[in-house]
This record gives sequence, structure tokens and C-alpha cells, in this order.
Amino acid sequence: MAIDNHTVKRIAFLSRLKVEDAKIESTKEEFNKILAWIEELNEIDTENVEPLIAVNDTTLRVREDVVSDGNYKDDILKNAPSAEYDYFAVPKVVE
Amino acid sequence: MTDITRLTVAEALNSLKNKEFSAVELTEQYIKNMEAGRKYNAYITECADVAIKQAEEADKRYAAGTNRALEGIPLGIKDLFCTKDIRTTAASHILDNFVPPYESTVTQHLLNDGAVFLGKLNLDEFAMGGSNETSYFGPVINPWSKDKNLVPGGSSGGSAAAVAAHMCAAATGTDTGGSIREPAAFCGITGIKPTYGRCSRWGIVAFASSLDQAGPIAQDVRDCALLLRSMSGFDAKDSTSCDIAVPDYENFMNGDIRGLTIGLPKEYRPEGLNPEIAAYWDKATEYLKARGANVKEISLPHTKYALATYYVLAPAEASSNLARYDGIRYGFRANGEHLDDLYINTRTQGFGAEVKRRIMIGTYVLSAGYYDAYFLKAQKMRRLIHNDFLEAFKQCDVILTPTSPITAFPIGDESMLQNPINMYLNDVFTVSVNLAGLPALSLPIGLSANGLPYGMQLIGKPFDEGTLFNVAAKLEADAKFERI
Repeated sequence: MAIDNHTVKRIAFLSRLKVEDAKIESTKEEFNKILAWIEELNEIDTENVEPLIAVNDTTLRVREDVVSDGNYKDDILKNAPSAEYDYFAVPKVVE
Repeated sequence: MTDITRLTVAEALNSLKNKEFSAVELTEQYIKNMEAGRKYNAYITECADVAIKQAEEADKRYAAGTNRALEGIPLGIKDLFCTKDIRTTAASHILDNFVPPYESTVTQHLLNDGAVFLGKLNLDEFAMGGSNETSYFGPVINPWSKDKNLVPGGSSGGSAAAVAAHMCAAATGTDTGGSIREPAAFCGITGIKPTYGRCSRWGIVAFASSLDQAGPIAQDVRDCALLLRSMSGFDAKDSTSCDIAVPDYENFMNGDIRGLTIGLPKEYRPEGLNPEIAAYWDKATEYLKARGANVKEISLPHTKYALATYYVLAPAEASSNLARYDGIRYGFRANGEHLDDLYINTRTQGFGAEVKRRIMIGTYVLSAGYYDAYFLKAQKMRRLIHNDFLEAFKQCDVILTPTSPITAFPIGDESMLQNPINMYLNDVFTVSVNLAGLPALSLPIGLSANGLPYGMQLIGKPFDEGTLFNVAAKLEADAKFERI
């Protein structure tokens, strides 16, 4: 399944990354090389194989539904590139 | 007086207890080595002042007789572990100003045991790489380098280089596809990736959450046992952490290996395997046989597919985990007129080339129309690879393989840089272990003709790190490898 220039642009946008126009062709080639290599997985029939999602087949633990953490507003905002009125600040979204 | 930074952690602890030197003296010596070793670029952030304060506290504890398991031992911390009030970068521009307001569980365990932190160690950006060349802070130089500067391996390259060059007594690492074992092998030291679920992942910058595990990198097997005991343990804050008692790993080193069956996977010995490492593999097998172990050829039939499986699953998980770096809540922000521009500019400028490559591959294999063909397919292959090990461990107690088919290579190696797949192939002996969630240890076995270390890998059953320490102790005693 080789990908085309349009797909490179679409994947870049989904990833919220920009690929310069001059680099689309080389990115596509590099991806196709990697994807062609991954194609070798199709040598194996996995029709009736259960996917492995987690190696430890433990069920998730439950706990009492109580507040056990929180109240670190200042700590949380300390690393924000921009914060105003105790909130994270972003460029204007609604005109 | 002998150089006290040459001591192992176990030896230094003895000397500290016997008041042969103080924790402050020991820490000061390591700080000198750290400063003299800046040419290796092993540390991203040095914390000499914090370390001295911690060492003073350790000396008070020794005086009062309330010293803990690792009291006063100066460690280096891979810069993927969040450390409270100490900058944590993941070797990325996107986090180069991030100061965590909290401590990772693993580093908290070490602090609770009295360890001293010298600083934060260099790595591949977000632990994505096998050579430490993808770091925003530049490559680390392998202390074994002679005429040419060599890579230390990756991604825990700063950890391995710092331990090898005595710039810390031991270090933490993380391993998603070989990131503890490969650099340990390249730098002639010892490292263990424990069973998935043994060490809490809480507070470690996430790469591929179903594969990531923390572990120690140290001078020798005993030090790994000491460190791993401290780092391990159940943590309610990591939903995949296992509530299983942590044994005293050091005790296993006195064990006997008579009657133990060592498995040798035939798929790890392809036509054309580097004859030097093949010879060391044979030699290691002979050492274990001479001590009464049985040796058995085993088969891990899907080995050939492990790398391709890994390079679908790891980027997929990474693309999801790294979606959080958006320039809003923490880290680097680039301006943009609209919110999407801000995200795109921040991520495009903030991430390096290899990280962007993996995010995009991961996004692609998870995208509508391709999910079943790539991601689901890889999860099914992961089951088959996992089953291979389940079958193999019915016939043997521990598996012996090389850690890497090669020794450290030069920084900027053309064939590695031109084709990312060539770099990925170095992980051929290590990735299966992560896919199966098993514990595996790498220790040095000997030198190549041109004087560079080779590592051997021991793979164990889930939560059977103890057997790895038992067998590794014997191999270490027989190989008599000389560290720098």
C-alpha cells in the first residue's frame, strides 16, 4: 500500500505537523520504504489470532469513588506558556 | 588514596558504613568527574548543589545510624523521569523549559532509599533512537571511543556513558525496544529491563506505554540487583503496575545454576551473524555448561517479524502519547494566528526529525482505512511473538542471546542516517522482549578485535528477574570483563 503526496499532507495535518512542500516527495519515499518493510507481516496468516493489547492480563483495579488528589492550581499553571485569570490562555478562537 | 568513583555501589555502601569516606566526599568526587567529562555530553542538566545537600543529609543519617538502602549513593537520572523542581526535557526542544511540579514514582523510591541525584542524563529525543543522535542537546560520545567518536547506543546513551566513565555510581534508564540493554552493551556495563509492570511508569515521559519499562544501568550485576530492588514495586498511580512482592534480588546471585536449562534460539543465529559475537555466544554457553547448566536449542519462529511489528506498535502508541504536546499547558510554544496554526507551528518547531517521522507513521497506521491492515495486524503478530516465548519457556528456564549484532558505531554513520531502517535493525535481538513484556539483562562479555565491548542478553520468565541475576552473576565471574 504505497502512499501518495496527498496522503503525506493529510497525515501531516492529522499529526498537526507541517511538511514543507519541498520535502513532501522525500517524505513520501521514506514512508513508502518503511511501509514496504512492514508489509512482510502479511506473510503470516493471522485470521484467527486474538490481538495482544496488554501483556499482563490483569483486570483494572477499582477504588472508592472519592477525591484523592487535586488543589494544585498554581503548580499546574506554573509551566504554562501563557496563563490568565487562573486559566491556560490560547489565541482567540471565536471571532 | 584510590579513586573512590571506581567503586561499585555495593562497595561504596560498605565504605560509607565503615566511615572510610563521607557521602559528601563521594559526591564531590563524582561532581569532579561529571565536570571533567563534559566532553561526553552525557548530562543535559547538572545538579551539583542539590546533590551536595542530599549528601549532607546522608552523612547525618550515617552518623545517626538511620542510613537507608542506597544512602549517599550518587546517581544519574535519565532525563525522561520527571524530577520535582529539576528541569526534565526528554531531550526535546518541546520540553526544554519544563520543570515538573512532581516526582516520578521510580525516582521517589530511590530518594526514599537515600540516593543522591547528580543530574539529568542525555538520551534520544523522547527515547526514540538507538544511538543517542536524535537528542536536541546533541549526541553523547561513547567513553570507549578511540580515534573516532562513537555512539553510546540509545536511547539511554547518557546513562550508559556516564556509568562507564564514572560520572555517576549508577543510573536509571528506560527500555521500550532495547534502550537499556543496547547502550549497556555498547558501553561495556550492565543493565536490566525488568518485567513489564515491575517498575511504575508514573512520572516517566511516555513513549509507547504498552512497552515502556524503567530499569537500572550500573557497573555490574550486583549493583543492578540493588538498584532494581529500590526502583520496583506496586504503584496505584500506574494502572499496569503489578501488585507482586519484590524479592531481594541480590540473594539470587549466590544461587546455583546446576540443572538450569539455558535456551538458545536458533532464529537469533542467522547465516552471516557477525562471527565475533557468535564466538562470544558460544563461549558464554560453555561457561554456563561448565557450571552444570543444561543447554537446549529452542525456536522462536516469529522472530523475523518482531521488528516490523514493533515499528507499527511503538509509533502508533507514540503518536497518541505525544498528542499532548500542543504548546498550551507546558513546554515550548510557537505563535500562530489561529489555534491550529499554534499547534502545528509548536509541534513542527518543537519536535526533531525522528520524532516527527514516528508520529506520522503512527498516525498513518491508526488512521481510518489502515487501522486493521497495520495496527490490528501488528497486535495479532504481537500475540504470536508472545506465544513463541510461552512455548520456549516450557523447555528452558532462561534464554541466552547476544544483546546486539554489532559494537558501537561512529557518530554520523552514513548508512544509518540515510535509511532509518538500518538503524532500526540494530534492535533485532532486543525488541521481542518488550513485545512479550519479559525481563532481560545485558552484561559485557568481551571485546571485539578493535577493542569495543560486546554484550550478552539473558531473557527470563515474567517476574523471574531473580534467575537472571543468578545466571548473570556466573557469566560475569567467568567472563572477567574489564571495565574502563
